[in-house]
Amino acid sequence: MSFSITTTEPQETVFSANDVKVYYGKFLALKGISIDIFKNSVTAFIGPSGCGKSTLLRCFNRLNDLIENFHLEGKIVYHHQNLYDPQVDPVEVRRRIGMVFQKPNPFPKSIYDNVAFGARINGYKGDMDELVEKSLRSAALWDEVKDKLKESGLALSGGQQQRLCIARAIAVQPDAILMDEPCSALDPISTLRVEELIHQLKERYSIIIVTHNMQQASRVADMTAFFNVEPTDKGGRMGYLVEYDRTEVIFQTPKQQATQEYVSGRFG
Amino acid sequence: MNTPAPNPAKIIRPPSQWDKSLDRGFIWLTRFFALAIAGILLWIAVQVTIQAAPAIQSSGLGFIFESTWDPVKDQYGVLPQIYGTMVSALIALILAVPIGVGTALLLSENFLPLPIRTVMVFLVELLAAIPSVVYGLWGIFVLIPILKEVGGWLHSQLGWIPFFNTPLAGPGMLPAGVVLAIMILPIITAISRDSLISLPPELRQASLGLGATRWETIFQVLIPAAISGIVGAVMLALGRAMGETMAVTMLIGNANNINISILAPANTIASLLASQFAEASGLQISSLMYAALILFLLTLLVNVLAELIVQKVKRI
Amino acid sequence: MPESIPETANSTLTSGNLHRSLSPRTLFNEVMTALAFLCGALALIPLLAVLSYVAIQGFSSLNFSVFTELPPPPMSQGGGFGNAIAGTLIMVGIAAAIAVPVGVLAAIYLTEFSDPHTVRWIRFATNVLSGVPSIIAGVFAYGIVVLTFVGLKWGSYSPIAGGVALAVLMLPIIVRTTDESLQLVPSEMRQAAVGLGATKFQTVWGVVLPAALPAIVTGTTLAVARASGETAPLIFTALFSPFWPQIWPPQQFIAPTASLAVLVYNFAIVPFKNQQQLAWAASLILVLMVLLTSIISRWAIRQRS
Repeated sequence: MSFSITTTEPQETVFSANDVKVYYGKFLALKGISIDIFKNSVTAFIGPSGCGKSTLLRCFNRLNDLIENFHLEGKIVYHHQNLYDPQVDPVEVRRRIGMVFQKPNPFPKSIYDNVAFGARINGYKGDMDELVEKSLRSAALWDEVKDKLKESGLALSGGQQQRLCIARAIAVQPDAILMDEPCSALDPISTLRVEELIHQLKERYSIIIVTHNMQQASRVADMTAFFNVEPTDKGGRMGYLVEYDRTEVIFQTPKQQATQEYVSGRFG
Repeated sequence: MNTPAPNPAKIIRPPSQWDKSLDRGFIWLTRFFALAIAGILLWIAVQVTIQAAPAIQSSGLGFIFESTWDPVKDQYGVLPQIYGTMVSALIALILAVPIGVGTALLLSENFLPLPIRTVMVFLVELLAAIPSVVYGLWGIFVLIPILKEVGGWLHSQLGWIPFFNTPLAGPGMLPAGVVLAIMILPIITAISRDSLISLPPELRQASLGLGATRWETIFQVLIPAAISGIVGAVMLALGRAMGETMAVTMLIGNANNINISILAPANTIASLLASQFAEASGLQISSLMYAALILFLLTLLVNVLAELIVQKVKRI
Repeated sequence: MPESIPETANSTLTSGNLHRSLSPRTLFNEVMTALAFLCGALALIPLLAVLSYVAIQGFSSLNFSVFTELPPPPMSQGGGFGNAIAGTLIMVGIAAAIAVPVGVLAAIYLTEFSDPHTVRWIRFATNVLSGVPSIIAGVFAYGIVVLTFVGLKWGSYSPIAGGVALAVLMLPIIVRTTDESLQLVPSEMRQAAVGLGATKFQTVWGVVLPAALPAIVTGTTLAVARASGETAPLIFTALFSPFWPQIWPPQQFIAPTASLAVLVYNFAIVPFKNQQQLAWAASLILVLMVLLTSIISRWAIRQRS
């Protein structure tokens, strides 16, 4: 399956998934996904729950490797290298592709140490104070925490914690950032701040965001992919990609009936 | 079918006086027994102190600093036994903490498929179920012959180090320490593993997502987050090692003096009690009870600290 | 505008390849993994060594007569430890008769009737009690039972004292397992019973306790199995005897009594081959008892969940 994207100019791709199939044990959870993710843009994955959008997201930094019976077929190419080549070290992959999780998950360490963690394990030799400050500024958190860097990251509010997690992710200078429903645990005001942040971050990073909030997708994303789920013969559920295009196309003139129904709120 | 509705008054009756007093009596009975558990701890302390009273009067605090144990002259002091209790427990911790925590990590991470991990967890639990006296018997006939080889090598190669300046003739501090290590290992593994697997999975994911390797995650995120549980486990193990009796009695050699060499025979408070009680009389019994009181207070202190640490973990 | 971030040490991000390399980090990771496996092996070796040695030595000295005969004098053939088995059963029975009712009722108070503050303290005391060295339980029972009997001129060492000492050791295990299994009974069950007009006693006795019974039985069995291997407390309370325990008349019952665990201890430290062999056989029986109860209780818990 391929998609003719209504695009104006050719863009550089960061990720290119090619006929990706995800299995849990014997069960096919995602079937034949092919999708190109573009550089310095925000791509949103939307769809009803259980459609596998988070699963696909976690394929891009091989975080699914942690799941015991996970198995992937197909290719995900990242800058001309297949992420699932047996030669590839998942640690190297995750080092370059940052991740922000659904629930803010700061380490039970100080704010400073949370941000410095990634740089330290990667043997960063430069000025750590400077790196921490710049990362926190990039995450629009510096002014709120500059006087309490030694306090625990867990003492912050939910929205601040999530921005701390973003600061922590960008401190290792990733190439791309994956966000798994980053605002679902936040109040509307914190959500707005994180969305503003995403807008700024795309100038430097390629971002994929999974969201079940369609307004959010339309607000932050340049590209949007709509996933759907269908029951399998064996009683399982299997996700697939329905449509992928520029966000305004998906929300205003989608080509597929299912997309139209989903974005207009008729199901899901 | 027209059965008349049963008369509600016959079914529904308020609880009788009997029901009410039974209820009250039952609650009081359970309360009594629950408080009795706390009471037993106190009772043990009082009881042991009463029996130790004659020795406390005759030796006073000097008992702790005196190193003669001579029933013939009726002179008693437990410094060597306190030393032996501490050193044997320390040897056990030095051996069991790294192995126990390492095993806890092996069984809390996904190094192995889940079914194998489950079996291993069960096997480690079994290690704690084997009676102390069986470890002692095994120690006499299997462990000591093996350790004699090890001890002989240590003495000949490293004899210049004071810890190894005697040969291992048979029973001694080292065999006792090794068997204690085996016996406390399951405590360390089980409680450390509990605190490791109760960490939120998000922590592990966050660290791996930043490009940390598995062991960077373990050392820099997981162990710091679970540290109080691990420390609590080590404290509980220490308490157990200090109070362990039979296996130690059978393997330590029961020598009532202080020898810096861990290859020499020694004694602990618990094994002093076990080995001397049957033939003791008069002030000697009371002195043994004094020693028991010291052991009780030492283990109580360690256990209370351990429980406080572990409870703190649970409340977070 | 986001701030520019200083370049990190290895910022050859997009150009560098992702392949595994033998960097110090990777090497450290591999070495530590190997060490963890080594720890696991070191933890299991003693278990296998003890079990296999006890099995080999034990089975070779096990025969029918060990269950029926009395311990032999040194250097003679045959003999057994029927009296020790009987003594262990009697003392564990006495211990269970004391510890099970006390422990279960105390646990009922903790889960059903108590306030959170008291509960915390009593659970704390229970845990501390379970850390009390077993030899201290023996000293305690010696003080409250043996010395009392001496004072009353009834005798001195007895299976009753042994039972009391073992009860002190069993009590915290029974409280804890009962406490845990009562907490697992869904509160809807209690509400349903109360909603039908049951009193607290009726609710607990008729609904909650039966629901938790299998778990309580499992926990008690484990506690009994553990107690039967305890040696130190019996040295202070029941001592040992080469004769059969006498149940009647009561004066005869209050007398030193043999037990499997003390038999192992006594015969392990003698130089006589025949007695050592009996020590192995007795060890095998103790280990089998603990092993089987552990496996069965594990299996029972599996079945229920």
